[in-house]
Amino acid sequence: MTETDAPLQQPRIAWQTGRVQAIVAETSRVKSIILQPANWSGHWPGQHVDIRLTADDGYQAERSYSIASPPEEKLLTLTVERVEDGEVSSYLLDELRVGDALEFRGPIGRHFIWSQTRGGPICLVAGGTGITPLMAMLRHRRRSPAPIPASLIYSARSLAEIVYRDELDTMARGDRDLRLVYALTREHPSDWNGHRGRVNEALLAESSFRREQNPIFFICGPTGFVEGVSSMLVKLGFDPLAIRTERFGPTGA
Amino acid sequence: MDRPPVSRGFKSKRQAPEAVRLPPGQYLTTDFPVLSAGPTPDIRVADWKIALQLGGSLLGKWTWDEFEALPQTTITVDIHCVTKWTKLSTVWQGVSFDDLLKVVGLSEPPDAYVMAHCDGGYTTNLPVADLVAGKAMIATRYEGLPLAPAHGGPARLLVPHLYFWKSAKWLRRLRFMPKDEPGFWESRGYHNYGDPWREQRYDGD
Repeated sequence: MTETDAPLQQPRIAWQTGRVQAIVAETSRVKSIILQPANWSGHWPGQHVDIRLTADDGYQAERSYSIASPPEEKLLTLTVERVEDGEVSSYLLDELRVGDALEFRGPIGRHFIWSQTRGGPICLVAGGTGITPLMAMLRHRRRSPAPIPASLIYSARSLAEIVYRDELDTMARGDRDLRLVYALTREHPSDWNGHRGRVNEALLAESSFRREQNPIFFICGPTGFVEGVSSMLVKLGFDPLAIRTERFGPTGA
Repeated sequence: MDRPPVSRGFKSKRQAPEAVRLPPGQYLTTDFPVLSAGPTPDIRVADWKIALQLGGSLLGKWTWDEFEALPQTTITVDIHCVTKWTKLSTVWQGVSFDDLLKVVGLSEPPDAYVMAHCDGGYTTNLPVADLVAGKAMIATRYEGLPLAPAHGGPARLLVPHLYFWKSAKWLRRLRFMPKDEPGFWESRGYHNYGDPWREQRYDGD
Protein backbone atom coordinates (compact mmCIF):
# COMPACT_ATOMS: atom_id res chain seq x y z
CA MET A 1 0.00 0.00 0.00
CA THR A 2 1.33 3.45 -0.82
CA GLU A 3 -0.06 6.53 0.77
CA THR A 4 -1.65 8.00 -2.35
CA ASP A 5 -3.43 5.05 -3.91
CA ALA A 6 -6.42 5.05 -1.60
CA PRO A 7 -9.78 5.18 -3.31
CA LEU A 8 -12.01 8.12 -2.37
CA GLN A 9 -14.59 6.05 -0.56
CA GLN A 10 -13.43 3.85 2.26
CA PRO A 11 -15.56 2.09 4.83
CA ARG A 12 -16.08 4.12 7.96
CA ILE A 13 -13.55 3.52 10.73
CA ALA A 14 -16.04 2.20 13.25
CA TRP A 15 -16.09 2.85 16.97
CA GLN A 16 -15.31 -0.28 18.95
CA THR A 17 -14.96 -1.20 22.57
CA GLY A 18 -11.60 -2.37 23.81
CA ARG A 19 -10.93 -4.02 27.14
CA VAL A 20 -8.18 -2.59 29.35
CA GLN A 21 -5.71 -5.45 29.92
CA ALA A 22 -3.05 -3.62 31.85
CA ILE A 23 -2.00 -0.15 32.94
CA VAL A 24 1.70 0.58 33.32
CA ALA A 25 3.06 3.64 35.16
CA GLU A 26 5.84 4.91 32.90
CA THR A 27 6.80 8.10 34.78
CA SER A 28 5.06 10.24 37.42
CA ARG A 29 2.96 11.93 34.72
CA VAL A 30 2.67 9.18 32.11
CA LYS A 31 0.97 5.81 31.93
CA SER A 32 0.61 3.24 29.18
CA ILE A 33 -2.79 1.69 28.68
CA ILE A 34 -2.77 -1.74 27.12
CA LEU A 35 -5.96 -2.56 25.29
CA GLN A 36 -7.45 -5.69 23.80
CA PRO A 37 -9.28 -4.45 20.69
CA ALA A 38 -12.53 -6.14 19.68
CA ASN A 39 -11.50 -6.07 16.08
CA TRP A 40 -8.19 -4.92 14.67
CA SER A 41 -6.78 -5.38 11.20
CA GLY A 42 -3.36 -3.94 11.97
CA HIS A 43 -1.77 -0.51 11.79
CA TRP A 44 1.30 1.34 10.60
CA PRO A 45 3.81 2.50 13.19
CA GLY A 46 3.04 6.21 13.74
CA GLN A 47 -0.75 5.97 13.45
CA HIS A 48 -3.17 7.06 16.17
CA VAL A 49 -6.58 6.17 17.54
CA ASP A 50 -9.41 8.37 18.72
CA ILE A 51 -10.75 7.68 22.20
CA ARG A 52 -14.33 8.58 23.10
CA LEU A 53 -15.64 8.87 26.65
CA THR A 54 -19.38 9.04 27.34
CA ALA A 55 -20.93 10.28 30.60
CA ASP A 56 -24.27 8.97 31.88
CA ASP A 57 -26.07 12.10 30.59
CA GLY A 58 -24.76 11.49 27.07
CA TYR A 59 -21.97 14.07 27.25
CA GLN A 60 -18.95 12.93 25.25
CA ALA A 61 -15.31 13.85 24.92
CA GLU A 62 -12.93 12.67 22.20
CA ARG A 63 -9.17 12.88 21.96
CA SER A 64 -6.48 11.35 19.75
CA TYR A 65 -3.67 9.17 21.14
CA SER A 66 -0.71 7.75 19.25
CA ILE A 67 -0.21 3.99 19.25
CA ALA A 68 3.04 2.96 20.95
CA SER A 69 2.87 -0.75 20.14
CA PRO A 70 4.15 -2.20 16.87
CA PRO A 71 1.78 -3.82 14.34
CA GLU A 72 3.23 -7.21 15.27
CA GLU A 73 1.57 -7.10 18.70
CA LYS A 74 -2.05 -8.11 19.17
CA LEU A 75 -2.63 -5.74 22.08
CA LEU A 76 -2.63 -1.99 21.51
CA THR A 77 -0.56 0.24 23.76
CA LEU A 78 -1.49 3.92 24.14
CA THR A 79 0.76 6.16 26.18
CA VAL A 80 -1.00 9.02 27.93
CA GLU A 81 0.48 12.08 29.59
CA ARG A 82 -1.34 14.23 32.09
CA VAL A 83 -2.53 17.49 30.51
CA GLU A 84 -3.41 20.36 32.87
CA ASP A 85 -7.21 20.44 33.18
CA GLY A 86 -7.39 17.66 30.61
CA GLU A 87 -10.74 15.92 31.11
CA VAL A 88 -9.76 12.89 29.03
CA SER A 89 -6.16 12.46 30.23
CA SER A 90 -7.19 12.80 33.88
CA TYR A 91 -9.90 10.18 33.37
CA LEU A 92 -7.48 7.79 31.67
CA LEU A 93 -4.78 8.30 34.32
CA ASP A 94 -6.88 8.46 37.50
CA GLU A 95 -10.16 6.67 36.86
CA LEU A 96 -9.61 3.95 34.29
CA ARG A 97 -8.98 0.46 35.71
CA VAL A 98 -7.92 -2.89 34.31
CA GLY A 99 -11.03 -4.66 33.01
CA ASP A 100 -12.83 -1.45 32.04
CA ALA A 101 -14.24 -0.96 28.57
CA LEU A 102 -12.79 1.86 26.52
CA GLU A 103 -14.37 3.10 23.32
CA PHE A 104 -12.02 3.93 20.47
CA ARG A 105 -11.60 3.85 16.70
CA GLY A 106 -8.62 3.63 14.40
CA PRO A 107 -6.04 3.29 13.06
CA ILE A 108 -5.89 6.84 11.70
CA GLY A 109 -3.45 8.83 9.58
CA ARG A 110 -1.20 7.93 6.67
CA HIS A 111 1.40 10.68 6.71
CA PHE A 112 3.35 10.31 9.94
CA ILE A 113 3.99 6.60 9.39
CA TRP A 114 6.97 4.40 8.73
CA SER A 115 7.68 0.74 8.25
CA GLN A 116 10.78 -1.26 7.33
CA THR A 117 9.56 -1.52 3.72
CA ARG A 118 9.77 2.28 3.35
CA GLY A 119 13.51 2.23 3.89
CA GLY A 120 15.64 4.88 5.48
CA PRO A 121 17.82 5.64 7.27
CA ILE A 122 15.43 7.17 9.74
CA CYS A 123 16.13 9.88 12.24
CA LEU A 124 13.52 10.17 14.97
CA VAL A 125 13.39 13.26 17.16
CA ALA A 126 11.14 13.20 20.21
CA GLY A 127 10.19 15.91 22.67
CA GLY A 128 8.65 14.48 25.86
CA THR A 129 5.75 12.12 25.17
CA GLY A 130 6.27 12.79 21.46
CA ILE A 131 8.26 9.56 21.78
CA THR A 132 5.02 7.52 21.58
CA PRO A 133 4.51 7.13 17.79
CA LEU A 134 8.30 6.93 17.33
CA MET A 135 8.39 4.05 19.83
CA ALA A 136 5.97 2.12 17.61
CA MET A 137 8.45 2.63 14.74
CA LEU A 138 11.42 1.47 16.84
CA ARG A 139 9.56 -1.54 18.23
CA HIS A 140 8.57 -2.51 14.70
CA ARG A 141 12.12 -1.97 13.44
CA ARG A 142 13.57 -4.16 16.18
CA ARG A 143 11.49 -7.11 15.02
CA SER A 144 12.93 -7.01 11.54
CA PRO A 145 15.70 -9.46 10.60
CA ALA A 146 17.64 -6.59 8.98
CA PRO A 147 16.80 -3.38 10.84
CA ILE A 148 17.28 -0.16 8.91
CA PRO A 149 19.85 2.27 10.38
CA ALA A 150 18.11 4.59 12.78
CA SER A 151 18.84 7.27 15.28
CA LEU A 152 16.67 8.57 18.08
CA ILE A 153 17.25 11.95 19.63
CA TYR A 154 15.01 12.18 22.66
CA SER A 155 14.61 15.39 24.62
CA ALA A 156 13.17 15.22 28.14
CA ARG A 157 13.28 17.47 31.17
CA SER A 158 15.08 14.95 33.35
CA LEU A 159 16.16 11.34 33.43
CA ALA A 160 13.05 10.46 35.43
CA GLU A 161 10.81 11.83 32.69
CA ILE A 162 12.21 9.64 29.93
CA VAL A 163 9.42 7.27 28.95
CA TYR A 164 10.42 3.67 27.99
CA ARG A 165 14.00 4.33 29.13
CA ASP A 166 14.90 0.75 30.09
CA GLU A 167 13.46 -0.62 26.89
CA LEU A 168 15.27 1.99 24.78
CA ASP A 169 18.58 1.34 26.52
CA THR A 170 18.17 -2.40 26.02
CA MET A 171 17.25 -1.85 22.40
CA ALA A 172 20.31 0.31 21.73
CA ARG A 173 22.71 -2.06 23.48
CA GLY A 174 23.66 -4.73 20.99
CA ASP A 175 22.28 -2.84 17.98
CA ARG A 176 25.05 -1.06 16.10
CA ASP A 177 22.58 0.42 13.67
CA LEU A 178 20.60 2.22 16.34
CA ARG A 179 21.98 5.40 17.77
CA LEU A 180 20.31 6.66 20.93
CA VAL A 181 20.90 10.15 22.29
CA TYR A 182 19.10 11.68 25.26
CA ALA A 183 19.04 15.44 25.72
CA LEU A 184 18.12 16.49 29.25
CA THR A 185 16.89 20.05 29.35
CA ARG A 186 16.37 20.80 33.05
CA GLU A 187 18.09 18.34 35.37
CA HIS A 188 20.83 15.87 34.78
CA PRO A 189 22.93 13.64 37.02
CA SER A 190 26.36 15.11 37.79
CA ASP A 191 28.05 12.35 35.80
CA TRP A 192 25.68 12.69 32.84
CA ASN A 193 27.51 12.07 29.60
CA GLY A 194 24.55 12.59 27.29
CA HIS A 195 23.54 15.95 25.88
CA ARG A 196 22.82 18.76 28.35
CA GLY A 197 20.25 21.35 27.43
CA ARG A 198 17.93 21.67 24.47
CA VAL A 199 18.40 19.96 21.14
CA ASN A 200 20.53 22.25 18.98
CA GLU A 201 21.95 22.28 15.47
CA ALA A 202 25.26 20.75 16.53
CA LEU A 203 23.52 17.82 18.21
CA LEU A 204 21.26 17.28 15.21
CA ALA A 205 24.21 17.42 12.81
CA GLU A 206 26.29 14.90 14.76
CA SER A 207 23.47 12.55 15.76
CA SER A 208 21.42 12.28 12.61
CA PHE A 209 22.79 11.20 9.24
CA ARG A 210 24.66 12.89 6.45
CA ARG A 211 22.62 14.64 3.78
CA GLU A 212 23.88 12.20 1.11
CA GLN A 213 22.29 9.35 3.05
CA ASN A 214 18.87 10.94 2.48
CA PRO A 215 17.48 10.27 5.94
CA ILE A 216 13.77 10.47 6.60
CA PHE A 217 12.95 12.52 9.69
CA PHE A 218 10.05 12.01 12.03
CA ILE A 219 9.69 14.72 14.65
CA CYS A 220 7.05 14.60 17.34
CA GLY A 221 6.60 16.75 20.41
CA PRO A 222 5.20 20.03 21.67
CA THR A 223 4.71 22.72 19.03
CA GLY A 224 7.70 24.87 20.00
CA PHE A 225 10.01 21.86 20.02
CA VAL A 226 8.87 20.61 16.61
CA GLU A 227 9.04 24.10 15.07
CA GLY A 228 12.57 24.55 16.42
CA VAL A 229 13.94 21.15 15.40
CA SER A 230 12.36 21.16 11.94
CA SER A 231 13.67 24.61 11.06
CA MET A 232 17.17 23.66 12.30
CA LEU A 233 17.09 20.59 10.03
CA VAL A 234 16.07 22.72 7.05
CA LYS A 235 18.93 25.10 7.90
CA LEU A 236 21.34 22.14 8.01
CA GLY A 237 20.35 21.46 4.41
CA PHE A 238 18.02 18.48 4.80
CA ASP A 239 15.14 18.20 2.34
CA PRO A 240 11.99 19.75 3.88
CA LEU A 241 9.90 17.10 2.12
CA ALA A 242 11.78 14.39 4.01
CA ILE A 243 10.84 15.95 7.36
CA ARG A 244 7.55 14.72 8.76
CA THR A 245 6.13 16.35 11.82
CA GLU A 246 3.47 15.86 14.41
CA ARG A 247 2.85 18.66 16.89
CA PHE A 248 0.78 18.70 20.02
CA GLY A 249 -0.07 20.99 22.88
CA PRO A 250 -0.47 24.74 23.25
CA THR A 251 1.51 27.30 21.31
CA GLY A 252 1.69 29.98 23.93
CA ALA A 253 0.74 32.37 21.13
CA MET B 1 -27.31 3.00 15.75
CA ASP B 2 -26.30 1.51 19.11
CA ARG B 3 -25.90 3.93 21.99
CA PRO B 4 -22.25 4.26 22.93
CA PRO B 5 -21.35 2.55 26.22
CA VAL B 6 -21.11 4.79 29.27
CA SER B 7 -17.50 5.16 30.46
CA ARG B 8 -17.58 4.12 34.11
CA GLY B 9 -16.67 7.08 36.33
CA PHE B 10 -16.49 9.67 33.53
CA LYS B 11 -18.17 12.89 34.67
CA SER B 12 -20.07 15.18 32.35
CA LYS B 13 -18.61 18.62 31.72
CA ARG B 14 -21.53 19.72 29.57
CA GLN B 15 -21.26 23.44 29.18
CA ALA B 16 -23.65 26.09 27.97
CA PRO B 17 -24.09 28.21 25.93
CA GLU B 18 -20.79 27.75 24.03
CA ALA B 19 -21.54 24.04 23.70
CA VAL B 20 -24.21 24.95 21.16
CA ARG B 21 -21.44 26.19 18.90
CA LEU B 22 -19.36 23.06 19.41
CA PRO B 23 -19.60 20.41 16.66
CA PRO B 24 -19.74 16.75 17.80
CA GLY B 25 -16.52 15.41 19.31
CA GLN B 26 -14.90 18.85 19.57
CA TYR B 27 -13.68 20.69 22.68
CA LEU B 28 -13.09 24.38 23.25
CA THR B 29 -9.64 25.87 23.34
CA THR B 30 -8.61 29.46 23.90
CA ASP B 31 -5.14 28.64 22.62
CA PHE B 32 -4.24 28.40 18.91
CA PRO B 33 -2.54 25.03 18.35
CA VAL B 34 -0.28 24.51 15.33
CA LEU B 35 -0.59 21.39 13.16
CA SER B 36 1.35 20.91 9.94
CA ALA B 37 2.70 17.95 8.01
CA GLY B 38 6.26 19.29 7.89
CA PRO B 39 8.51 22.24 8.70
CA THR B 40 7.18 25.80 8.63
CA PRO B 41 8.55 27.38 5.42
CA ASP B 42 10.47 30.64 5.55
CA ILE B 43 8.57 32.83 3.08
CA ARG B 44 9.54 36.43 2.36
CA VAL B 45 6.73 38.64 1.09
CA ALA B 46 9.19 40.23 -1.38
CA ASP B 47 9.38 36.85 -3.20
CA TRP B 48 5.77 35.90 -2.62
CA LYS B 49 3.22 35.61 -5.42
CA ILE B 50 -0.21 34.10 -5.52
CA ALA B 51 -1.98 32.81 -8.62
CA LEU B 52 -5.47 31.87 -9.73
CA GLN B 53 -5.48 29.20 -12.43
CA LEU B 54 -7.96 27.50 -14.72
CA GLY B 55 -6.43 24.17 -15.71
CA GLY B 56 -3.06 25.19 -17.11
CA SER B 57 -3.90 28.82 -17.85
CA LEU B 58 -3.45 31.80 -15.62
CA LEU B 59 -6.49 33.84 -14.60
CA GLY B 60 -4.61 36.21 -12.32
CA LYS B 61 -1.34 36.61 -10.44
CA TRP B 62 -0.50 39.03 -7.65
CA THR B 63 2.61 40.14 -5.82
CA TRP B 64 2.31 40.85 -2.11
CA ASP B 65 1.74 44.59 -2.67
CA GLU B 66 -0.79 43.96 -5.43
CA PHE B 67 -2.62 41.48 -3.26
CA GLU B 68 -2.67 43.85 -0.31
CA ALA B 69 -4.26 46.49 -2.57
CA LEU B 70 -7.27 44.26 -3.36
CA PRO B 71 -10.58 44.85 -1.51
CA GLN B 72 -10.29 43.65 2.08
CA THR B 73 -12.86 41.73 4.10
CA THR B 74 -12.88 41.09 7.84
CA ILE B 75 -14.81 38.17 9.32
CA THR B 76 -15.33 36.70 12.79
CA VAL B 77 -15.77 32.93 12.74
CA ASP B 78 -15.44 29.76 14.79
CA ILE B 79 -12.75 27.35 13.58
CA HIS B 80 -12.72 23.57 14.03
CA CYS B 81 -9.62 21.38 13.74
CA VAL B 82 -9.98 17.68 12.95
CA THR B 83 -7.67 17.00 15.92
CA LYS B 84 -10.70 18.00 18.05
CA TRP B 85 -10.12 21.59 19.12
CA THR B 86 -12.54 24.40 18.34
CA LYS B 87 -11.73 28.05 18.77
CA LEU B 88 -14.60 30.52 18.92
CA SER B 89 -14.86 34.02 17.44
CA THR B 90 -11.55 34.29 15.62
CA VAL B 91 -11.05 37.45 13.55
CA TRP B 92 -9.51 37.25 10.09
CA GLN B 93 -8.80 39.79 7.38
CA GLY B 94 -8.01 39.15 3.75
CA VAL B 95 -9.43 38.96 0.24
CA SER B 96 -12.67 37.07 -0.18
CA PHE B 97 -12.88 34.40 -2.87
CA ASP B 98 -15.84 36.35 -4.34
CA ASP B 99 -13.69 39.48 -4.70
CA LEU B 100 -10.89 37.48 -6.28
CA LEU B 101 -13.31 36.23 -8.96
CA LYS B 102 -14.56 39.78 -9.58
CA VAL B 103 -11.03 41.13 -9.88
CA VAL B 104 -10.22 38.68 -12.68
CA GLY B 105 -13.51 39.52 -14.41
CA LEU B 106 -15.42 36.31 -13.72
CA SER B 107 -19.13 36.62 -12.99
CA GLU B 108 -19.26 32.98 -12.00
CA PRO B 109 -16.72 30.25 -11.25
CA PRO B 110 -15.50 28.44 -14.40
CA ASP B 111 -15.32 24.96 -12.81
CA ALA B 112 -16.96 23.11 -9.96
CA TYR B 113 -13.82 22.28 -7.91
CA VAL B 114 -10.67 23.97 -6.73
CA MET B 115 -7.31 22.56 -5.67
CA ALA B 116 -5.32 24.75 -3.30
CA HIS B 117 -1.53 24.43 -3.74
CA CYS B 118 0.86 25.52 -1.03
CA ASP B 119 4.53 25.91 -0.24
CA GLY B 120 5.95 22.57 0.86
CA GLY B 121 3.80 20.61 -1.60
CA TYR B 122 0.65 20.57 0.50
CA THR B 123 -2.64 20.53 -1.38
CA THR B 124 -6.31 20.43 -0.46
CA ASN B 125 -9.43 20.08 -2.62
CA LEU B 126 -12.71 21.95 -2.26
CA PRO B 127 -16.00 22.28 -4.10
CA VAL B 128 -16.30 25.83 -5.46
CA ALA B 129 -19.73 26.05 -3.83
CA ASP B 130 -17.90 26.07 -0.47
CA LEU B 131 -15.75 29.05 -1.44
CA VAL B 132 -18.31 31.49 -2.92
CA ALA B 133 -21.00 33.67 -1.32
CA GLY B 134 -18.79 34.89 1.50
CA LYS B 135 -17.82 31.38 2.63
CA ALA B 136 -14.05 31.68 2.09
CA MET B 137 -11.15 34.09 1.87
CA ILE B 138 -7.41 34.24 1.48
CA ALA B 139 -6.44 35.52 4.89
CA THR B 140 -3.38 37.62 5.57
CA ARG B 141 -4.21 38.93 9.05
CA TYR B 142 -5.29 37.23 12.24
CA GLU B 143 -6.70 39.28 15.12
CA GLY B 144 -5.48 42.43 13.36
CA LEU B 145 -1.86 41.31 12.97
CA PRO B 146 0.06 39.83 10.03
CA LEU B 147 -0.48 36.08 9.99
CA ALA B 148 2.39 34.28 11.76
CA PRO B 149 4.39 31.75 9.67
CA ALA B 150 3.42 28.80 11.92
CA HIS B 151 -0.23 29.66 11.32
CA GLY B 152 0.18 29.82 7.55
CA GLY B 153 1.56 33.31 6.97
CA PRO B 154 1.93 35.28 4.88
CA ALA B 155 -1.36 33.99 3.42
CA ARG B 156 -3.62 31.01 4.03
CA LEU B 157 -6.93 29.88 2.70
CA LEU B 158 -9.75 30.26 5.21
CA VAL B 159 -12.81 28.03 4.82
CA PRO B 160 -14.10 28.09 8.39
CA HIS B 161 -17.21 25.95 7.95
CA LEU B 162 -15.04 22.91 7.11
CA TYR B 163 -12.38 21.23 9.26
CA PHE B 164 -9.37 23.48 9.42
CA TRP B 165 -7.00 21.37 7.28
CA LYS B 166 -9.07 22.67 4.35
CA SER B 167 -7.89 26.18 5.30
CA ALA B 168 -4.52 25.48 3.72
CA LYS B 169 -1.47 27.29 5.09
CA TRP B 170 1.17 29.02 2.92
CA LEU B 171 -1.20 29.24 -0.03
CA ARG B 172 0.41 29.98 -3.41
CA ARG B 173 -2.09 28.87 -6.05
CA LEU B 174 -5.78 28.13 -6.46
CA ARG B 175 -6.52 25.96 -9.45
CA PHE B 176 -9.99 25.40 -10.84
CA MET B 177 -10.65 21.85 -11.98
CA PRO B 178 -13.67 20.23 -13.62
CA LYS B 179 -13.52 17.06 -11.51
CA ASP B 180 -12.82 16.52 -7.86
CA GLU B 181 -9.40 15.12 -6.90
CA PRO B 182 -8.15 14.36 -3.41
CA GLY B 183 -5.52 16.65 -1.89
CA PHE B 184 -2.77 15.84 0.63
CA TRP B 185 -4.66 14.77 3.75
CA GLU B 186 -7.61 13.63 1.64
CA SER B 187 -5.39 10.92 0.15
CA ARG B 188 -3.94 10.04 3.56
CA GLY B 189 -7.01 8.82 5.38
CA TYR B 190 -8.92 12.06 5.96
CA HIS B 191 -12.42 12.80 4.71
CA ASN B 192 -12.81 14.26 1.23
CA TYR B 193 -15.22 17.02 2.31
CA GLY B 194 -14.71 17.53 6.07
CA ASP B 195 -17.93 18.95 7.52
CA PRO B 196 -17.39 19.27 11.30
CA TRP B 197 -21.14 19.27 12.02
CA ARG B 198 -21.44 15.82 10.41
CA GLU B 199 -18.14 14.77 12.01
CA GLN B 200 -16.57 13.92 8.65
CA ARG B 201 -13.06 13.43 10.02
CA TYR B 202 -11.79 10.36 8.23
CA ASP B 203 -12.40 8.41 5.04
CA GLY B 204 -15.81 6.83 5.16
CA ASP B 205 -17.24 9.08 7.95
